[in-house]
Amino acid sequence: MSDDIEIPEVNYVSGSGVPIRGNDIDTDQIIPARFMKVVTFDGLGQFSFFDLRFDEDDNQKDHPFNEERYQDANVMVVNANFGCGSSREHAPQALMRWGIDAIIGESFAEIFAGNCLALGIPTVTADSETIEALQDWVDENPDGDIEVDIEAETVTYGETSVDVTVDDAQRKALVDGVWDTTALMKSNEEAIRDTAERLPYVEDGKRV
Amino acid sequence: MVRVSQGTLYDKVWENHKVTELPTGQDQLFVGLHLIHEVTSPQAFGMLRERELEVAYPELTHATVDHIVPTSDQSRPYGDDSAEEMMAELEENVRDAGIDFSDPTTGDQGIVHVIGPEQGLTQPGTTIVCGDSHTSTHGAFGALAFGIGTSQIRDVLATGTIAMEKQKVRKIEVTGELPDGVEAKDVILEIIRRLGTEGGVGYVYEYAGEAIENLDMEGRMSICNMSIEGGARAGYVNPDETTYEWLEGRDEIPEGEAFEERTEYWESIRSDEDAEYDDVVTIDGSELEPVVTWGTTPGQGVGVTEPIPEPESLPEEKRDTARRAQEHMRVEPGDTMEGYDIDVAFLGSCTNARLPDLRRAARIVEGREVHDDVRAMVVPGSQRVQRAAEEEGLKETFEEAGFDWRNAGCSMCLGMNEDQLEGDEACASSSNRNFVGRQGSKDGRTVLMNPRMVVAAAVNGEVTDVRDLKEVTSA
Repeated sequence: MSDDIEIPEVNYVSGSGVPIRGNDIDTDQIIPARFMKVVTFDGLGQFSFFDLRFDEDDNQKDHPFNEERYQDANVMVVNANFGCGSSREHAPQALMRWGIDAIIGESFAEIFAGNCLALGIPTVTADSETIEALQDWVDENPDGDIEVDIEAETVTYGETSVDVTVDDAQRKALVDGVWDTTALMKSNEEAIRDTAERLPYVEDGKRV
Repeated sequence: MVRVSQGTLYDKVWENHKVTELPTGQDQLFVGLHLIHEVTSPQAFGMLRERELEVAYPELTHATVDHIVPTSDQSRPYGDDSAEEMMAELEENVRDAGIDFSDPTTGDQGIVHVIGPEQGLTQPGTTIVCGDSHTSTHGAFGALAFGIGTSQIRDVLATGTIAMEKQKVRKIEVTGELPDGVEAKDVILEIIRRLGTEGGVGYVYEYAGEAIENLDMEGRMSICNMSIEGGARAGYVNPDETTYEWLEGRDEIPEGEAFEERTEYWESIRSDEDAEYDDVVTIDGSELEPVVTWGTTPGQGVGVTEPIPEPESLPEEKRDTARRAQEHMRVEPGDTMEGYDIDVAFLGSCTNARLPDLRRAARIVEGREVHDDVRAMVVPGSQRVQRAAEEEGLKETFEEAGFDWRNAGCSMCLGMNEDQLEGDEACASSSNRNFVGRQGSKDGRTVLMNPRMVVAAAVNGEVTDVRDLKEVTSA
């Protein structure tokens, strides 16, 4: 087996922003189920928020992802309970392939945040006033630079710097470059076997 | 995160399965059962191949096909090329890895959260993961079960373990006796309505109290199933005699003395009498009525006889979503959902497509007919449910009334096969999500409700308080 997968440290993300407003934006909105009839994640980027961006005749609707000024954005600014619903990793995979490197929001659904972490995408949180102020600023400064400092838990834009929260485990995983856990966990093979053998329902790797 | 819970089932099962603490502060947990299906696993197998890794515990892994499988003509190759491709990919992956596969030719195929319990794969005191958010369903048996993403599927396939952060535990006590006509589905819709769609973020839900203990296993599954709609990644019920009786004799359950021994383990992982919780919420079950949704999140529910709320009466952060939802659903605050016109009735999904769900619904259907303006379908949760229902004559009951009787699968819950809403059709649905576009049409309108309410809506062509419909004949 190959243990040589390079996992980059994610200390810092900077770039321009795109505001996606609204609470409870579920993963069916982020990527409708019909685009999941595929066996790879390649090419999903173009389908991000598809039904919010296009009508039935494929005409563009009003959506930040359709706006010219946000085409280079890599920091998404969202509201509460973003990514709720289905566990589909297709959602963060699509956003990543569209160009998103970090998401700042009021709150995230747990499975979605976990899926983002597995891709090295930070999901940092702040209160609703802070988020709305940042969304408004991005509206006015689509080319403006936003700096997300994962370790220091700050977001800086224009003349403003605000404190944000990065979940402890997420921060460590990103900053230390251990967000891809496969090789790390595989290295504990012996302890895994011991744990399994202690369980009354497992014997020799089989259910008994 | 400061958490206080101790002595709960969650704490015990977590400790039993903890391998070690990772440098991130997360725990590495052993996974006792990994369920896989065709939509979220192919990329994970691909990642494994890229890294030249093997499946570590194939015999603790079990596959089925449910999301894309056609529920009408299931002959191969499937009419939909991409569905066929996904099925073929899964077949190859499980064959190469030596993973058991409940494919449609076995007679055991079905929705992953229906077949796990019915084959006895789901057991108390175990850890269960699946690339599907409704894995919380298995918590009904006192298992610690949660949905994961595809990169985590890769982790579990490669190592038999998962990296997790321990959550807080909220006990939700539902006291009293549920009134006639009120079901498990109504209880969970009420819980989500009260605690919100993100109320459970950071928590695991322990469902307890007289109303929960009196539920059959299928009812408990309906409740745990929708934990995720309340933001909680996992939910569970402490196992008891109802659990053990339900499990005894199933394929994967030990027999005889071994069963007695295993029961002792199951008893040992129940939450202690003096267990400590991070939060406790009490709901009086005797005051509930059937709940239906008026909006586009599962938390936007209302008693069937209650008025739809004015957005202005809601907390400020919910108003905007409520206004948009009411516009989408074309409902008016102050009206009740009773009388809301229905075009489609869907009885199915991992929430409510088990035998007792179909039985209860069939008793309402008997002697009635589906309304002329409604297309109605019943999609059993598994092939076993389907066969048992057919043997009992439920198929005839539904078909005589004008329901379409389908083969097992996820079907119109998420619109990944040909079963979809068209245009702005309104659907009375026993499923779990009323998100915009969820059932295959972005203008479609989903009203979530319990199975008997679904068939009541099917016969009347509008949302109906099933308590007003007498059973015409006794089944």
